[in-house]
Amino acid sequence: MNVFDIIGPVMIGPSSSHTAGACRIGRVARHILDDVPAAARISLCGSFAETGRGHGTDRALAAGILDMNSDDDRLPHSLELAEKAGVAIRFDTMDLPGAHPNTAVVRLTGRRGGTCSVRASSVGGGNIRVDEVNGLPVSFTGQYNTLIILHTDEAGAIANVSGYIAGQGVNIATFACTREVKGGDSIMTVEIDGVLTDGQLAHMRTLPAIHNVIQVKRI
Amino acid sequence: MNILYNSFEELARLAGEQGTAISDVVLADQAAQMEEPPEALLARMDADLTVMQEAAEKGLDPALRSASGLSGGSAARVDQYVERTGGICGPRFGRSLAVALAVSECNAAMGRIVATPTAGSCGILPGAVLPLLEEGRFSREQVGKSLFTAGGLGMVIANKAYLAGAQGGCQAECGSASAMAAAVLTELWGGSPGQCAHAAAIALKCLLGLACDPVAGLVEVPCVKRNASGLANALCAAQLALAGVASAVPCDEVIEAMRAVGDAMPCALRETAQGGLAATPTGIQWKKRLFQ
Repeated sequence: MNVFDIIGPVMIGPSSSHTAGACRIGRVARHILDDVPAAARISLCGSFAETGRGHGTDRALAAGILDMNSDDDRLPHSLELAEKAGVAIRFDTMDLPGAHPNTAVVRLTGRRGGTCSVRASSVGGGNIRVDEVNGLPVSFTGQYNTLIILHTDEAGAIANVSGYIAGQGVNIATFACTREVKGGDSIMTVEIDGVLTDGQLAHMRTLPAIHNVIQVKRI
Repeated sequence: MNILYNSFEELARLAGEQGTAISDVVLADQAAQMEEPPEALLARMDADLTVMQEAAEKGLDPALRSASGLSGGSAARVDQYVERTGGICGPRFGRSLAVALAVSECNAAMGRIVATPTAGSCGILPGAVLPLLEEGRFSREQVGKSLFTAGGLGMVIANKAYLAGAQGGCQAECGSASAMAAAVLTELWGGSPGQCAHAAAIALKCLLGLACDPVAGLVEVPCVKRNASGLANALCAAQLALAGVASAVPCDEVIEAMRAVGDAMPCALRETAQGGLAATPTGIQWKKRLFQ
């Protein structure tokens, strides 16, 4: 936390959690898709579903999907802009028992045909927590550059990743690893202080037991 | 040594020892912690001040309305009344109220604001400082730097208690903003660091227990008007502290009390729109009209 977390952020109103946080959720999804979106389906849960319209939550999510920041003057007009840009956005509501009250599930399809699904919650003050990517449980905030690493749970997988990152002179700020079953599909969530190049990411994908590496840039 | 921001009295003590203002202590520490020159931080704060001015201007438009229709236009009414009559407490107080309402109504209408510390309480700090800037009472540099005192206090409150209505009720949002504005006003008007701490303590304790009960869950009713009353409360606290009135309970303890009160608050009064004004017949009617 620094002084500009208190005197700030600069944002489009009216609600840090329902507007600014919602925009950041859309933006994280866009960055995970890593393409210009062609279509989006957004499910709103809890308080997002109940009071989202009055808070512009739908417009904020759409703005994020169009890669706008939460202080972008165009945010209130994002739905019209999305239509003009040929991005088909559908909204619905869903029940997610036990989920944070401000949760959205964003499913995107890119121009190149790729898809992604992101479940995230707006946890207050414009801060968010990403809870699920492509069906796998994660936990990160988007305040750091974040690596999402899909791999097989086997000896040395983590050491190879952390060793490679260290070798590039990049510091790991936080690290989490979850697995479905012993020896099964696993996911590392690594928040880093620096940033990795496309070449470095491509190399990481060739490391033993690593299936894919996605870098979500700080938003 | 980095400051941990777990005591506002400690910030006041450091400033007193160094013979500077609290804002100088916070600015120097933040520049070191963020590894940026102080000038860069001052420039960023100046840019925030510009956003506040633009928000006030937008909010003073008599035709401005939020999407729900629940708010908009009251800032212009107050401003015009004060211009016409001088207001019942003088033009400065009237203009301060108008600015606090304007920035808050700009927020409700999806305008761009600086969350200070939150979007729901974004009108209080601009209401305190922008009129002084307009009058030429203080320079832009003085006002920009003074906001570091507000930031320092906000970090202490965030560390010791909270700033979100969902956690601690409106006392955490408008209460914190009011305390931040009181500390800034006291510093600008020449109060000592100790007096700044007393001003913050007085402002916060006068809003202890304030519920967060937004009608239809929207940041409009009563939030917009609580920005005006939070500003008035800040002016009151700063005036008392500058006159040498002390808070019997020190600032850090008031912040701890705010947390204890927030923890004891029922869920219905913490931004869930299930209690207080939201649960009145009129509040329920608005919710039905807007969402059904």
